Amino acid sequence: MAVCVAVIAKENYPLYIRSVPMENELKFHYMVHTSLDVVDEKISAMGKALVDQRELYLGLLYPTEDYKVYGYVTNSKVKFVMVVDSSNTALRDNEIRSMFRKLHNSYTDVMCNPFYNPGDCIQSRAFDSMVTSMMIQVC
Amino acid sequence: MDAPEEPLPPVIYTMENKPIVTCAGDQNLFTSLYPTLSQQLPREPMEWRRSYGRAPRMIHLESNFVQFKEELLAKEGNKALLTFPFLHVYWAECCDTEVYKATVKDDLTKWQNTLKAHSSADWLIVLVENDAKKKNKTNILSRTSVVDKIRNDFCNKQSDRCVVLSDPLKDSSRTQESWNAFLTKLRTLLLMSFTKNLGKFEDDMRTLREKRTEPGWSFCEYFMVQEELAFVFEMLQQFEDALVQYDELDALFSQYVVNFGAGDGANWLTFFCQPVKSWNGLILRKPIDMEKRELIQRQEATLLDLRSYLFSRQCTLLLFLQRPCEVAQRALELLHSCVQELQLLEVSVPPGALDCWVFLSCLEVLQRIEGCCDRAHLDANSAHTVGLWSYATEKLKSLGYLCGLVSEKGPNSEDLNRTVDLLAGLGAERPETANTAQSPYKKLKEALSSVEAFEKHYLELSHAAIEMYTSVGRIRSAKFVGKDLAEFYMRKKSPQKAEVYLQGALKNYLAEGWALPVTHTRKQLAECQKHLGQIENYLQSSSLLASDRHLTEDERKYFCQEILSFASQTDSPGHRVVLPMHSFAQLRDLRFTPSNAVVHVGGVLSVEMTVCSQMPVPVHVEQIAVNVHFSIEKNNYRKTAEWLTKHKTANGIIHFATETSPFPASQNSLPALELYEMFERSPSDNSLNTTGIICRNVHMLLRRQESSTSLETPSAVALEDGAHVLKCSSVTLQPGANTVTFRTQAKEPGTYTLRQLCASLGPVWFVLPHIYPLAQYDVYSQEPQLLVEPLADSLLAGIPQKVKFTVTTGHYTVKNGDSLQLSNVEAMLILCHADKRAVIYSNTREKASDASLRVHSSEKVTSISLPAAPAYHVIEFELEVLSLPSAPATGEESGMLGLTEPQRKQKDTQKAGHCMATVDHKVSIDCPWSIYSTVIALTFSVPFRTTHALLSAGTRKYVQVCVQNLSELDFQLSGSDLVDTRGSTGLRLTPLNTEAQQHVRNQQSVYFVWELTWAQEPPPSLCGRFSVRFCPASEEQLSVSLKPYIYDFQVENFFTLYNVKAEILPPAGTEHCRTGSLCSLAVSVTRLSDLLEVDRDEALMESDQGFSTKLMYEVVDNSSNWAVCGKSSGVICMPVAAQATHRVHMEVVPLFAGHLPLPDVRLFKYLPHHSAHSAQPDADSWIENDSLSVDKQGDEQLDGGGGGGRSRGGAHSASSSEHQGLPMPRLQALPPGQVFNSGAGTQVLVIPSKDDHVLEVSVT
Repeated sequence: MAVCVAVIAKENYPLYIRSVPMENELKFHYMVHTSLDVVDEKISAMGKALVDQRELYLGLLYPTEDYKVYGYVTNSKVKFVMVVDSSNTALRDNEIRSMFRKLHNSYTDVMCNPFYNPGDCIQSRAFDSMVTSMMIQVC
Repeated sequence: MDAPEEPLPPVIYTMENKPIVTCAGDQNLFTSLYPTLSQQLPREPMEWRRSYGRAPRMIHLESNFVQFKEELLAKEGNKALLTFPFLHVYWAECCDTEVYKATVKDDLTKWQNTLKAHSSADWLIVLVENDAKKKNKTNILSRTSVVDKIRNDFCNKQSDRCVVLSDPLKDSSRTQESWNAFLTKLRTLLLMSFTKNLGKFEDDMRTLREKRTEPGWSFCEYFMVQEELAFVFEMLQQFEDALVQYDELDALFSQYVVNFGAGDGANWLTFFCQPVKSWNGLILRKPIDMEKRELIQRQEATLLDLRSYLFSRQCTLLLFLQRPCEVAQRALELLHSCVQELQLLEVSVPPGALDCWVFLSCLEVLQRIEGCCDRAHLDANSAHTVGLWSYATEKLKSLGYLCGLVSEKGPNSEDLNRTVDLLAGLGAERPETANTAQSPYKKLKEALSSVEAFEKHYLELSHAAIEMYTSVGRIRSAKFVGKDLAEFYMRKKSPQKAEVYLQGALKNYLAEGWALPVTHTRKQLAECQKHLGQIENYLQSSSLLASDRHLTEDERKYFCQEILSFASQTDSPGHRVVLPMHSFAQLRDLRFTPSNAVVHVGGVLSVEMTVCSQMPVPVHVEQIAVNVHFSIEKNNYRKTAEWLTKHKTANGIIHFATETSPFPASQNSLPALELYEMFERSPSDNSLNTTGIICRNVHMLLRRQESSTSLETPSAVALEDGAHVLKCSSVTLQPGANTVTFRTQAKEPGTYTLRQLCASLGPVWFVLPHIYPLAQYDVYSQEPQLLVEPLADSLLAGIPQKVKFTVTTGHYTVKNGDSLQLSNVEAMLILCHADKRAVIYSNTREKASDASLRVHSSEKVTSISLPAAPAYHVIEFELEVLSLPSAPATGEESGMLGLTEPQRKQKDTQKAGHCMATVDHKVSIDCPWSIYSTVIALTFSVPFRTTHALLSAGTRKYVQVCVQNLSELDFQLSGSDLVDTRGSTGLRLTPLNTEAQQHVRNQQSVYFVWELTWAQEPPPSLCGRFSVRFCPASEEQLSVSLKPYIYDFQVENFFTLYNVKAEILPPAGTEHCRTGSLCSLAVSVTRLSDLLEVDRDEALMESDQGFSTKLMYEVVDNSSNWAVCGKSSGVICMPVAAQATHRVHMEVVPLFAGHLPLPDVRLFKYLPHHSAHSAQPDADSWIENDSLSVDKQGDEQLDGGGGGGRSRGGAHSASSSEHQGLPMPRLQALPPGQVFNSGAGTQVLVIPSKDDHVLEVSVT
């Protein structure tokens, strides 16, 4: 499904970034990093709306020829970015949403771990395997 | 009427299209009304209610009126809506029934039949009436009948299909009214027709769409049908609805493509899969691109054609809707999806063709938007267009690479062929842009024409994209485009231009902590710097890259080798490249030996550092040096000692924070707070002044957050040139942890702070500019010291006491033969034992050795030879000392004061009770390291306090000595002895003490009593010397014989001269005394001896009968039991002869009942002032004058028990008499030993008087 999943801290440094192994990792890093521009834009546009009713899902951030980049931001301004292959047209918005929700839940679990230091890179195995499951489903 | 006469006009698909209304009947009439009609019709909007619950819309209706022709009527199955006549109007002007019947009716019938034949139900008959004509033939009936007749004949049940228009060309209210009614009718009918016909059309269209699964179904056909609907909506100015039609078509097509990708291919779609042959981009300048439409109609369109056409229509409609931003947005989506779809459908596309198409399309869209928006609006919405800009840039770049326009040598023949092919695919420029200088077509053609032109266009686009990204705040995107640009510059061999972009991007990635982009960009930057010949920067980047774990081992080795090969060049000896160390190696921890990091001068200190090399290969470093800052501070040894206990771990290791990642700016944005408790004590009494919490790294926390400038700017590393450097030469640092040990011999005392760490490889110096947390070591120098202190809390005099000697050698080395020379003090002995040992400790209080101690005592000097000890060691040993009781008081000394307490001769620190008297002994010691003597004062406390008392029983005398133990020790007292130092023969002291040994516990007293007897005439005084042997009760055997404790005292006039006897007799006739009644006090004073030596003084008078002396008596009752009536005192003349008695009677009244003690009777010697003045003053008056002072003196003498008060009392009296200038007699209290009050202690029973109402009982 996804070809790259990234969790980005409030300060915009990556907490977690993983892409499908065959592909050029660097490209995705650049792509995710650049997509933060749009995330920032959307967040600041959203800031005007009521905080309570805020939609966490940011939608499509960044279409390119080959990939679609979707964004999601938690209330603590941690960003999730997911890169999906454009050719994967079967993927609907709702599915992306549910994937993000899953990601958010898993991230919450990571944060609940008393041994996890907020702000550190995520090294949780559970989180990792969840992301793997998101990436593998394509095959 | 536009062109009613024309034959079927070619459909011009512009917005000039209007719904068609046909006109039949009187053409001249219509022509005359047409101007008004076409003007009035669109004036007022109508609400159009529509089927399927779609929102009603207000609509301004316009019509194209054409002459009715049968050909206009749609045949069955004709899908053309634009040429469809929505309404048929018949115009008639007829006032006469006859005329109607004759001409109009037939014509109408014919018209009606034609309409019916085509089942067209949308018609209207307009009857125009003219008043002018009416006046000629005034016939109301006939007039009504024409309308009625028409209605009858044609409008069965649809009477509203016939409208009367009265005087249409006049300007009257009636005319206006009828016009309004007519127009409303016309509009209503038009809308009705729209609803009906469009609804029908839509139904047909839907039916057609449902058939799409059938094999013969063609998308293009359906496309044309739905587009027809869109055209009508557009014609009706319903752009929103029109757009919906196109969007539906778009979605349908997309879905087909997706399904195709999923393996569900439709036959018709294969047609779109034909290879792309033309890529001339979108055409947006025409409302309708007829060429493409015809291609679609002919089912010859390619995918790009279809997409282009569809988008051009959407674009047109969006622009009508004033939504240019959406155009940009949709354009980007379209371009992406086209590329996707071509891939999905596996359409063969020549390389670069798609890039051309996208590039042209982007620019076309941008220019189209620019064409219809003002500048300000465009700038505000550059967020939407910037995507297109960067997309175009990207595409141009890939075209450039494809066509060899970026390479150094320029395009080769293959590239040129490819370019020609690409340009061929563009076709000819379209006529509408032919005159535009900046058309996308021209741009692309020019860009592909030459290397220079390409560069110009590419730079132009890149800069535009960067500028726009920056202006909308998309910095990251801007940096990314900039990086592409940098790559281009690098290819063009202009690294100086590339550097700026790479630096900018790198800074951004570093600031946000993106490791992989950082590595990649830094690699590019390193190459750039290499080309630019920025050696320092290149080396720095290389060192960073060599330590970068994101690179492969080979790449890291390569960059490491770059540094090493530069380092091995020795052609520029003076040049030095200073680089920050953190990328080369990291300092992990540091360990001082000795662990407290304090050494004495000359001591050896070693610093062991763990340095973690970041390099992938072992690196041979010529030298590692630590720059040390030296500061002399007073008293810093103490300070550091304190500091050490707080800050250093017990093993002396300082750990340095490891930078786990090279991005401190993002991940460890702030160092952790280092808070410490702080106590400030006053220097004088060590009491707490202030307390608080201090933050030790406040300078780190409050520092302005700069985005990691220190990482990138080598100029920030300043080399300190310190005189003090710890060095370690020729070290090979293996990858990972290495231990480097520095050794130094401490020289100057002071504090040494490790400041910088520097590793040098030839001209390359890696410098760690600050070592933090602070690492310091201290060097101190110490003078040799001798400390002598008692082992116990205080030293006791008289018994052997241990004293500890501590020699701190400091910088002095004690040689064999060095000795301490103690000058002996008489009263203090140094006890020498043969087997004394001295222990030598090292500086860290570890026992080094012990040696025997030799002590030689001579007359004056005791010499202690010290064992040999190196510098900064401590020699400790103990000696026993004995403070002798001071030499006994000699007779001459005691003669002055009569009574001697030896303690008082020493420093008189004794207070009233408990403190021990102390003796200070000053010992002067000559030390080998100094020419000056050290004087040490030892204070000994005397453990005992002794008092004595003289006790009398008539003429028998006793001496009591009280020994009080003040110390904490128990003592054994033995051999108590009292001797008369004068050695008077007549005196004998008989001890009444039964115990030979007495145990005196701490804080307790022991009393000793002797009876004093004499044979002949008693001596006037006794000089007693009390001595007692003592030793601590706990110690059985003492090595030395201790000197006894001696107490000297003197007792004078102890012989009893007078016996005073007082007696109270009840009044005569009564048995007991009563309160309030007079009793008589009889005092008898009896002389007990004849004239003695002591009597010879001024008071002695010689007469013929013998000697007599004057005594004064006084009755004092201090407890106020008695009231003395009359004289309470008097002077008597006492003959100096044994058994001479004088009796005195006085009256006293008892004040209380009970057993009352007798009042005191005191005797004084009555001394005349001067023998010459023998005036006899009244004794009473004198006593009144001076009784107080006399009493006092008397009391004192009584208490003290000695006879020393005499002279003092006398002196006092004399001085007071002299002072007063009167010839006053003097009084002298008799020493208590001379007067014995035989009645002391007797009591008299006093019973209360009967008439007392109040009974007072005093119990004493």
